[in-house]
Amino acid sequence: MNYVIIGNSIAAVGCVEGIRSRDKTGSITIVGDEPYPVYSRPLISYLLLGSTDEEHMKYRPDDFYEKNHVKTYLGRRAEKVNSAAKTVTLEDGTVLTYDKLLLATGSKPFVPPMAGLDSVPEKFTFMALDSAKALEAALKPASRVLIIGAGLIGLKCAEGIADRVGHIDVVDMADRILPSILDEEGSAMMQKHLEKHNIRFFLSDSVAQFTENTAALKSGKTLDFDILVVAVGVRPNVELAQQAGCEVSRGICTDTSCATTVKDIYAAGDCAKSYDITTDTDRILALLPNAHMQGMTAGANMAGGQESYTALPMNAIGFFGLHIITAGCYDGEAYITREPGVYKKLITKDGLLKGMILIGDIARAGIYTSLIREKTPLSTVDFDLIKEHPQLMAFAKKDRKIKLAGAKQEGDA
Amino acid sequence: MKRVYVNEEWCLGCHLCEYNCAFANSGEDYMPKALKDKTIYPRIQVEEGDGVNFAVSCRHCEDPICVKSCITGALSKEDGVIKVDTDKCVGCYTCIMVCPYGCVMPAPDGHVIQKCELCTQNACGEPACVKGCPNHAIVYEDRG
Ligand SMILES: Cc1cc2nc3c(=O)[nH]c(=O)nc-3n(C[C@H](O)[C@H](O)[C@H](O)COP(=O)(O)OP(=O)(O)OC[C@H]3O[C@@H](n4cnc5c(N)ncnc54)[C@H](O)[C@@H]3O)c2cc1C
Repeated sequence: MNYVIIGNSIAAVGCVEGIRSRDKTGSITIVGDEPYPVYSRPLISYLLLGSTDEEHMKYRPDDFYEKNHVKTYLGRRAEKVNSAAKTVTLEDGTVLTYDKLLLATGSKPFVPPMAGLDSVPEKFTFMALDSAKALEAALKPASRVLIIGAGLIGLKCAEGIADRVGHIDVVDMADRILPSILDEEGSAMMQKHLEKHNIRFFLSDSVAQFTENTAALKSGKTLDFDILVVAVGVRPNVELAQQAGCEVSRGICTDTSCATTVKDIYAAGDCAKSYDITTDTDRILALLPNAHMQGMTAGANMAGGQESYTALPMNAIGFFGLHIITAGCYDGEAYITREPGVYKKLITKDGLLKGMILIGDIARAGIYTSLIREKTPLSTVDFDLIKEHPQLMAFAKKDRKIKLAGAKQEGDA
Repeated sequence: MKRVYVNEEWCLGCHLCEYNCAFANSGEDYMPKALKDKTIYPRIQVEEGDGVNFAVSCRHCEDPICVKSCITGALSKEDGVIKVDTDKCVGCYTCIMVCPYGCVMPAPDGHVIQKCELCTQNACGEPACVKGCPNHAIVYEDRG
């Protein structure tokens, strides 16, 4: 069997691991346009923060490719997929043939058209090791930095550089920060926390006109800056999929086996949609664990397996020591706890835990996450107890025996 | 695979396992020096309830979701033991978000995580929590 993977990141690694769990000998080839062995993309902000380095950013040990007998074409772009001939053509004309192909092309920064953007000399995105290195080279202790986008990536960038620059301004069209994972109260709490660290926010606002060093905002304010970072969002890389004839609607459409609509082509990670069990919809979930696990399932199935992948949106992220864990969806009845430095919201509906927002107190959060993922009826646990703190005491004794004493699930042999 | 299993009927809630865990992982060789007047950060936690107590530590799952979800590659499973490479970990707490047993926790400094590694990475060599349990409320054995 001849496997080709386009993209050399998290979903690709998952795919290799999935393939090798079933097929030790088939040939695997990875094409990746970044000139590095696989690294952890989220760590680019920690690199600027100084809490990791390129060596420790490696997502897998140096012998990963060799051990798994993977041939790599790194620093090379795949230009064309021909699904009839089952070939992939690289930018230098090399043609690879495949029996099974994985599209693991991830996403790219979205840079919306903004007036005068071309006149800004020092502008960056924040998605890849090279973009982080370029930004780092431009940083000076007195730099005034303007970040467009108060989402996860823009704010992780802000955290990474806050102590290395003069000040940071963040502009976002939304009326609050981190709107994709937080509710209003959570956003306000995080904003206050970030403001203590040299970061100013300009919300419900956007840039009307850039000059070399200024941004005139729609509100009439003008911000001076030396360095601009555009982090308004990401878009999936779907061009190859479209070319190959795969159905695409924003992301590459996949079924729970991670197959696309074209025979022998699979997709996983940020470029693909996955089935979100909490909203019952197919969505792009640009999250690292999702990319790895979807890639693993794709790989296992490319090697003849019958595995199925469904996803749960979830985020663990921290800023300057204040940690957030969120999961699921927030439509339902809310149970809220507030303490100094802590905001906790659990959302229930139809007798199930559907979602959560935890800020400041994240201890044992996975017990909640598993209630959401497993769709555990809350009638089978002591919800009053578990509401206070996640704990296994809230489960029935027979369930604890399964969890902690090696007892078998009823119906298991 | 040998694992730490819980006999909750026998747990007295004495917390000795927590102290032995903290001591084994302290790098010290004298318990009073390691623990006296200090807040301890054990990797095993006793849950106390109405007449029921039990100690919870990493299950070293067959198919560990913490390892699959780790964003840095710091968590791995070797010879049945789930280990953390604290030089790679950045303390994002993704593993804390996904562990269904609540058995991964922030390390005392808050910059990395810690978890039970069955005392394979410290001088004890076998689970100190089990060794010191006066009532066999936790045992280290192979139950398949
Ligand atoms: C700053 C930042 C912080 C983040 N923090 C978190 C976090 O804390 N938690 C979390 O869960 N997620 C986080 N993410 C998201 C996470 O990084 C992604 O979900 C994950 O990297 C997706 O993996 P992937 O393999 O699908 O794609 P990607 O990592 O995007 O990789 C795709 C690769 O394919 C390459 N490629 C694309 N087209 C081609 C082609 N035609 N030929 C060859 N190669 C190609 C790309 O260059 C890239 O190297 C963060 C992302 C960023 C940018």
